Amino acid sequence: MAKADMLGASLWDAYSNKVTTLMNNPQHQGEIFEADAEGRGNKLIVADFGAESCGDAVRLYWEIDPANDKIVNSKFKSFGCGTAIASSDVMTELCIGKTVQEAVKITNIDVEMALRDTPDVPAVPPQKMHCSVMAYDVIKKAAGLYMGVDAESFEEEIIVCECARVSLNTLREVIRLNDLKTIEQITDYTKAGGFCKSCIKPGGHEAREWYLVDILADTRKEMDEEKMKAAADAGASGDFASMTLVQQIKAVDAVIDESVRQFLVMDGGDMEVIDIKKGDEYIDIYIRYLGACNGCASSSTGTLYAIESTLKEKLSKNIRVLPI
Amino acid sequence: MQVYLDNNATTMVDPLVVETMQPFFSELYGNPNSLHKFGTASHPALSKAIDQVYTALNASDKDDIVFTSCATESNNWVLQSVFTDLVVNGDKNHIVTTEVEHPSILATCKFLEDQGAKVTYLPVNDQGIVEAHTVRSFITDKTALVTVMWASNETGMVFPIKEIGDICKEKGVLFHSDAVQAIGKIPVDLQAVNVDFVSMSAHKFHGPKGVGALYIKDSQKLTPLMHGGEHMGGRRSGTLNVPYIVGMGKAIELATANIEETARKIREKRDRLEDSILELSDTFVVGDRENRTPNTILISIKGVEGEGMLWDLNNGQIGASTGSACASADLEANTVMLAIGADSELAHTGIRLSLSRFTTDAEIDYTISHFKNAVGRLRAISSSFAIQKPTEGGEVKECELHHH
Repeated sequence: MAKADMLGASLWDAYSNKVTTLMNNPQHQGEIFEADAEGRGNKLIVADFGAESCGDAVRLYWEIDPANDKIVNSKFKSFGCGTAIASSDVMTELCIGKTVQEAVKITNIDVEMALRDTPDVPAVPPQKMHCSVMAYDVIKKAAGLYMGVDAESFEEEIIVCECARVSLNTLREVIRLNDLKTIEQITDYTKAGGFCKSCIKPGGHEAREWYLVDILADTRKEMDEEKMKAAADAGASGDFASMTLVQQIKAVDAVIDESVRQFLVMDGGDMEVIDIKKGDEYIDIYIRYLGACNGCASSSTGTLYAIESTLKEKLSKNIRVLPI
Repeated sequence: MQVYLDNNATTMVDPLVVETMQPFFSELYGNPNSLHKFGTASHPALSKAIDQVYTALNASDKDDIVFTSCATESNNWVLQSVFTDLVVNGDKNHIVTTEVEHPSILATCKFLEDQGAKVTYLPVNDQGIVEAHTVRSFITDKTALVTVMWASNETGMVFPIKEIGDICKEKGVLFHSDAVQAIGKIPVDLQAVNVDFVSMSAHKFHGPKGVGALYIKDSQKLTPLMHGGEHMGGRRSGTLNVPYIVGMGKAIELATANIEETARKIREKRDRLEDSILELSDTFVVGDRENRTPNTILISIKGVEGEGMLWDLNNGQIGASTGSACASADLEANTVMLAIGADSELAHTGIRLSLSRFTTDAEIDYTISHFKNAVGRLRAISSSFAIQKPTEGGEVKECELHHH
């Protein structure tokens, strides 16, 4: 939030001129009839996607020359808002002249880019990006019908954010590589979740199979587990600096039990580890003397030197012992 | 021609109201709480405004009507204060409301739930109203407050406030009503119903934006929402917004004078517009015409998405409203539409047209013509109205809209 956001802008003001023009006068809306297509020796494909009850529905007509799989004509019908109608119109235009195999590579990003007035300015406000996704989905549907395969077979990866076309693998990788901790960071790095926001968490405009909140939580959990495992491995191999705090305390206690405590107890004293803090140069181990050791003249000289030397020898040469 | 048919959102300020407010911006600008004559000079006008509001609503002299900034503030005040008075400091922790209230009620209820209150959100019937027996069945001995709107902003349907008020009195439960959409449209007589608190907002009845009020029956206890002054008898701190209060007084007087006659004229125009639109196939209006505020139509047009329709109406200089999710920034389907609709269709095809006493016959004629043209154009594009059946495999996408 800042000054520019204090007054919400009109949704329609964020539409490109091209969106406005095509909404008012779509060029390819209409139908193609079976008999007409057959009369020209072509095959007609009619694909529906979406539903009125969802707020978006589109029907795509392809007239295909079976000799070369080329889409020679295309029309659409759309139940939707301005963005949905303009997206469907431009999607239809992008299909004409392409083979079915080429058309199936058209994405919602291509549709949105084609609706821009200038390359750097989005054609629609973020929350309307999902309207262009519908255009992409119906193309896959039509191609699947023509080729006799499942529409999902065209999708090589699991797409989590359809608006920005960001895959599950990409998200997991970016979270790991950049140690991302929040949804906002994910959006900054990948644009996922920056548009219609349906993919962020359940309860948005449409239900999604994958949500960013879950992917972030799962990936972070995996990262934490890996970190702990690495620390445990480091502990097992004796790398004191790489251990977790708990592992370090256990390691220090073990050394003290094994090599130090017995001598202190013999003199009627004891010690306990209070804390361990890692500095730039040293790993400081704070201890407290108990019993006869507490107040003993040697506790800050010979005894301290013996404890520190033992820990340095057994665990790390960077250890410094500080009695408090 | 420009036609404004979004009067349930806000209204034009009546020119007579503007005229009444004018001196209090320039000549009579003193703080009414000051002791000098610059301040006290506004007292007669303020006193008159108070009288105008009391008279318009037939409030008793024993009741308080406290000016606020808007109905949202009034709604927050009641809910948060009842929570403080009866939930935090008492043994009642339950609030009953409906699924179709204004966000200032629903969001405040959600906030209070986080603080420990229990809230029941009652469903509405196919007419879009909550029935009195439904309210009765959800009141328990833990119920502190029932809050139900007087009339719906989306459908115009008038709720059974008299019956609900009687049930609340019988059960010893406080009753609040957000009457924003009722005042100035239908008679509101506060001595004829058992209601403890009523919220109102001036800009819904041709007054200025930024001023509203809360009616408090018998001046009963209610912890202030704002502290730090003794304004309005210590009930609502903040220097009195003199021009706006004076404007609200004038506006409510004008809006309620001869209300039956004014409502009849608006209803005639509304019904003519409604009948003409219903001549189109596959259209339906929500709610029994007789039980609606006389200015409101919520119409569903099969095959025409709400924002698309709003776009075409806007191109024709007609201002209307839609509950379509697509037209709002957060994309969530309108909760009122979802609560009413047998399916989600209404949430995406609903258009709300709301008239005022300033709407003219010529504007209605223009709207009918333009509306029909827009429906024709959009249905020609619509996939729902495509003639040819799809080939095998046409898919109906599963969708799940967000319900509150």
